[in-house]
Amino acid sequence: MVGKTESQNGAVKATAAPAMNLESDLFSNFSFKSFKLKTKQQELLLRVSILGLVYILAFITRLFSVLRYESMIHEFDPYFNYRTTLFLTEKGFYEFWNWFDSESWYPLGRIIGGTLYPGLMVTAAFIYWTLRFLRFAVHIREVCVLTAPFFASNTTVVAYFFGKEIWDSGAGLVAAAFIAICPGYISRSVAGSYDNEGVAIFALLLTFYLFVKAVNTGSLAWALASAFGYFYMVSAWGGYVFIINLIPLYVLVLLITGRYSMRLYVAYNCMYVLGMLLAMQIRFVGFQHVQSGEHMAAMGVFFLMQVFYFLDWVKYMLSDTKLFQAFLRITVTSAVAVGALALGVGTASGYISPWTGRFYSLLDPTYAKDNIPIIASVSEHQPTAWSSFMFDFHILLFLFPAGLYFCFKKLSDATIFIVMYGLTSMYFAGVMVRLILVATPAVCLISAIAVSATIKNLTSLLRTKSKTAVAGSSKGTGGSKASSKASFDQSQPFQKNGAIALLLGAFYLLSKYATHCTWVTSEAYSSPSIVLAARGAHGNRVIFDDYREAYFWLRQNTPPDAKVMSWWDYGYQITAMGNRTVIVDNNTWNNTHIATVGRAMSSYEDEAYEIMRSLDVDYVLVVFGGVTGYSSDDINKFLWMVRIGGGVFPVIKEPDYLVNGDYRVDKGAAPKMLNCLMYKLSYYRFGELVTEYGKPPGYDRARGVEIGNKDIKLEHLEEAFTTSNWIVRIYKVKPPNNRW
Amino acid sequence: MGVRRKMALRFDLIIFTILLFASPVLSDLILSKVDRRIDLTSQIVRITSTLKVENEGSEPVSEVLLAFPDLQVKDLALLKASPHEGKGKVKSLSASLPVENVKPNGMPAALTFYAVKLPKALGKGDSYTFDVLAVFAHALRPFPEKITQADIQLVVFQESAFYLTPYVVKVQSLSVKLPESRIESYTKLENTKIHGSEIKYGPYENLPSFSYSPIVVHFESNQPFAVGQEVVREIEISHWGNVQVTEHYKLVHGGAQNKGEFSRLDYQARPTIRGASAFKYLIAKMPPRVHSVYYRDEIGNISTSNLWGDSKKTELLIEPRYPLFGGWRTAFTIGYGLPLKDFLFELEGNRFLNITFGSPMNELVIDNLIVKVVLPEGSGDISVSAPFPVNQWEETKLSHLDLTGRPVVVLQKTNVVPEHNQFFQVYYKFSKLSMLREPFMLIFGFFSLFVAGIVYMHVDMSISKSSAAYLARLQWDEVQAAIQQVENVINRCLTTHDKLEASLRDLSRTGDVQACKAARKAADGLLKELSKELKLVLSFLQSSSAASQILPKVEELVAKEKDLQEKVMAKHSTVVDCYEKKTGIRDSENRVAAQQQKITALRQEVENLLELIDEI
Repeated sequence: MVGKTESQNGAVKATAAPAMNLESDLFSNFSFKSFKLKTKQQELLLRVSILGLVYILAFITRLFSVLRYESMIHEFDPYFNYRTTLFLTEKGFYEFWNWFDSESWYPLGRIIGGTLYPGLMVTAAFIYWTLRFLRFAVHIREVCVLTAPFFASNTTVVAYFFGKEIWDSGAGLVAAAFIAICPGYISRSVAGSYDNEGVAIFALLLTFYLFVKAVNTGSLAWALASAFGYFYMVSAWGGYVFIINLIPLYVLVLLITGRYSMRLYVAYNCMYVLGMLLAMQIRFVGFQHVQSGEHMAAMGVFFLMQVFYFLDWVKYMLSDTKLFQAFLRITVTSAVAVGALALGVGTASGYISPWTGRFYSLLDPTYAKDNIPIIASVSEHQPTAWSSFMFDFHILLFLFPAGLYFCFKKLSDATIFIVMYGLTSMYFAGVMVRLILVATPAVCLISAIAVSATIKNLTSLLRTKSKTAVAGSSKGTGGSKASSKASFDQSQPFQKNGAIALLLGAFYLLSKYATHCTWVTSEAYSSPSIVLAARGAHGNRVIFDDYREAYFWLRQNTPPDAKVMSWWDYGYQITAMGNRTVIVDNNTWNNTHIATVGRAMSSYEDEAYEIMRSLDVDYVLVVFGGVTGYSSDDINKFLWMVRIGGGVFPVIKEPDYLVNGDYRVDKGAAPKMLNCLMYKLSYYRFGELVTEYGKPPGYDRARGVEIGNKDIKLEHLEEAFTTSNWIVRIYKVKPPNNRW
Repeated sequence: MGVRRKMALRFDLIIFTILLFASPVLSDLILSKVDRRIDLTSQIVRITSTLKVENEGSEPVSEVLLAFPDLQVKDLALLKASPHEGKGKVKSLSASLPVENVKPNGMPAALTFYAVKLPKALGKGDSYTFDVLAVFAHALRPFPEKITQADIQLVVFQESAFYLTPYVVKVQSLSVKLPESRIESYTKLENTKIHGSEIKYGPYENLPSFSYSPIVVHFESNQPFAVGQEVVREIEISHWGNVQVTEHYKLVHGGAQNKGEFSRLDYQARPTIRGASAFKYLIAKMPPRVHSVYYRDEIGNISTSNLWGDSKKTELLIEPRYPLFGGWRTAFTIGYGLPLKDFLFELEGNRFLNITFGSPMNELVIDNLIVKVVLPEGSGDISVSAPFPVNQWEETKLSHLDLTGRPVVVLQKTNVVPEHNQFFQVYYKFSKLSMLREPFMLIFGFFSLFVAGIVYMHVDMSISKSSAAYLARLQWDEVQAAIQQVENVINRCLTTHDKLEASLRDLSRTGDVQACKAARKAADGLLKELSKELKLVLSFLQSSSAASQILPKVEELVAKEKDLQEKVMAKHSTVVDCYEKKTGIRDSENRVAAQQQKITALRQEVENLLELIDEI
């Protein structure tokens, strides 16, 4: 509606404009004014075009990987998403919903429809179908590759509106520009990074925006919209738990600070009830939404709201304040008691499930390390280092406190929300590296407030000055000596220069931010990680495409029902690219199964053979970086296999693989290490290979040592395939020997 | 060794049955000279026979029968007869003799016959020489069937030392050319000679019809045994200037199966010895002016390929992701664009595409080749002319911006060898206007998008037209329009003031009092009109309840403006007076300076107010 009224005004103005322009040649100071006549129009035009440019920028800055490499899916999880999307577009929604995947977690299988967040796949499939309907014959892969940048662009628009809602349109624009290129967000939304987070951040910000809008207006429509935003978020990412805890927390803070209002009541109740009902439609969430501990806060606040409303009503009905005080006391105590009792009974009877390990590990960063090695083993679940904050936020890290200052200076329902969002998400970002992503929108918004407010103040300083200057000069022939004392005196000396200097400094910082973001995107976040690139001796680019070489070999040259055992990291890729059944994959739902694989990898060959026979394993795949110096290979991950295996099977003991607490692969390594399956498979016949000039054969370039066991004989396995740079090695499990 | 002997024995048995059923000569033709050359240098077996036929009977004969055992026929990819043009001359393709499959009566059942139509019937005593080229796709059999990585690949080839024919053969000879001089074993008959990698049998003279003497050659062949199990070529014509060819390959190494370990170390260290039977790359010979070549498979781009070319041809070298050992498979897609004018021609209002049928890969056997020609949407009257029999049907394909789909001509052929790489033609009718359909669709799409935008901006979408919020918004819109008008008027007033100032400046320069007065008069008129207008708008604003907030500011603005107007008028009058009365300029300046200061201050205020209101 805003746009509508403005356009009407525009029509009125436009008629006056030509007449003005005629004069502009004669009077130079008129041209300025005749433009000024259309400021609103101009501003709208500027705003729309800036937003349009930011929209495009957000998209194209994420295309580095496509230009450098190709239009391909990156990393690990996106391959699962791609595979399911392919299935969805080929077989339709119902088949997808009821899909039992027998190609993973052999022999258990996995119910895909009930164990995934379908939002991303449905979104991509919907885009695909729409494009098909519009007669654009695109391939589903292209759609999947570009989904994340597309949603990043949409996020900038949401960020603009959010910024506008909490501060003003200037802050909105700055926020849009910030979030468009913020590395913290780009890391999960480059082209090809087809992961849940790609759409989830959009959904998250949209839900928050709509909720704040609902709180600000008290409109049922906005609350309904935010419920749908929440539904989309629930369908897209497990991070929705953040929303369903942050919003109640926010409401609670508003209640405590005495900002309870009818608007809040309408917004929260509508959002919670409808959002809950909608969220329960996602099979992976289902009744968890009313039963699990993580969602209880929202329910508690919901009931609290009702109590508040009831009290409000009673207060209105009862004129006697003393009576009301007594009533208040009774009601509050009984409400709290009933709540606590319900929670206690629910937990005791098992109706309310306790918090999950992941949730615990967020609240207590050391929890996972001690109790759940499988969560701790993932590199993106590690606590965040300062350097990565700096890397991902750059100047936003310093602008964030400044923005908080501005927010506190102008407290409103909306700014309280953004402050809370910023503070909580910053805490979570400190706990886990990957949660920097969740903090990014908040950091961008708050920093945008700082930048926008500062620049606005500085420019307004400059503008008042320049205006008097203009007015002074416009006197023309009239005496100019007397006028100079007019309004200069009130301002401090050098204020104008100071403002200019500060503005220049701000622009310098902002441009630094832009270059930093581009550099980070291009250098750090645009590698597909499935194709490795290095610089050759002559500066040429060398591509190591070993992963795909191996997966394609599996796809083409093994029986279609072959079962491949590998560490879980490669499970999704093997099923998606190799099209073969895997024992474990990146959906780490069954710890015991993973531990079994870890146990097999860390046992002696004959013991491992027994395990592999029991799992019907036909091929074993290991990743080995000793030839190329690729450091994230299985030998470096091996201790986690030992730990996870040992967590379930106590026969595997970590100290057996260490020498005085050191992890080594050279001659001084522990005997069990030198003879376990993983070691043997990684270094089979490696002892004969000279990897580096001037080094003995069997020199491991990833670890920089000569290996300790060069004479490896395999009894139950044979080398089936090794890629050209030895990064992936595949072994065939031989059938048992004939007894005679 | 034992296995091979058994095989040979089985072959003998077949021959015996053939000979048992052999019936008498069916015509009086004899073959006075047969010269056969068997080329085994690649996986494709090519047998070139030069036959000299003579008619010894009295009746003219125009057909010569060629006989092949059924075992061979299933591998027979191509059979072509052409007039013999002597040595050293290049055989032209066009001058081939028609060959067709026939089933003459009274012939042995295990043989398949083909009849070659001679250009003219042979009378008594006439003779005619022609060449027969028979190409076999899978005639070489690996033996042993499974080898390890280190073994060399040995293959077996079986043929008859004597030319199998229903006619009497006077003189015949046979030469077998092998790729390498390493020969494991070969059948030794009388008159067998060996020169390096070539084995010669014969000459043999005066053999009766259906003579047969099996020979078996067992030799090393490390040539790539690349077999395309299924190859789909899609040729898409765009009348905007491009022919896009997309070829999907499903390849298998058709040689001896690899067994046991594959050791990368061995292969890396000595690829020619430990991996002799594997092939690492394929070469495609493509037409010149090929552009936008790509090479990829289901899971992405394959970066190991090379392209070079000159004005005659382009060569593409592609390496599969891994070396192909016996029995290993791979699948990939290559695609390239060709300039339209090289392949599309017009003939009597018809267009026709003239392009090669087979795959551009060197020495590739294709078990099942499907060629799809995708014509532009709206083409009709489609017909195909192919140089050899193919299965043919039509499909439609939906591609970019298609409404009904593009007609697709599908040609399918089994057992395709490089000799099938001949031109075929697809004729169709297509009107130039249809080319404009897709751009128009795009234009229309964008147009309707903008129209929808405009409609959305101008249509009132409110559901309840009587709700308070809606009415309030309507009122607010009106107020805003009114304020806009006020601003407008004020701005025009300000311009008029500036004009007056300008007239004063002119006065000081030229001293033309009359002109200055005229300007004053015009300004007075204009200002009067403007004030009338202003009054109207103001009265509206005063009546409107929505404007109550902003009204004081507007009124202040109007008042200030009026003040300013008076001041300007006063100043103008003073200056003009001064000029008229010719009082000293210094005096006038002094008097004006005070006024000027007030005017400047007022003007500043008015402008500030304007900005303030604008921001609301």
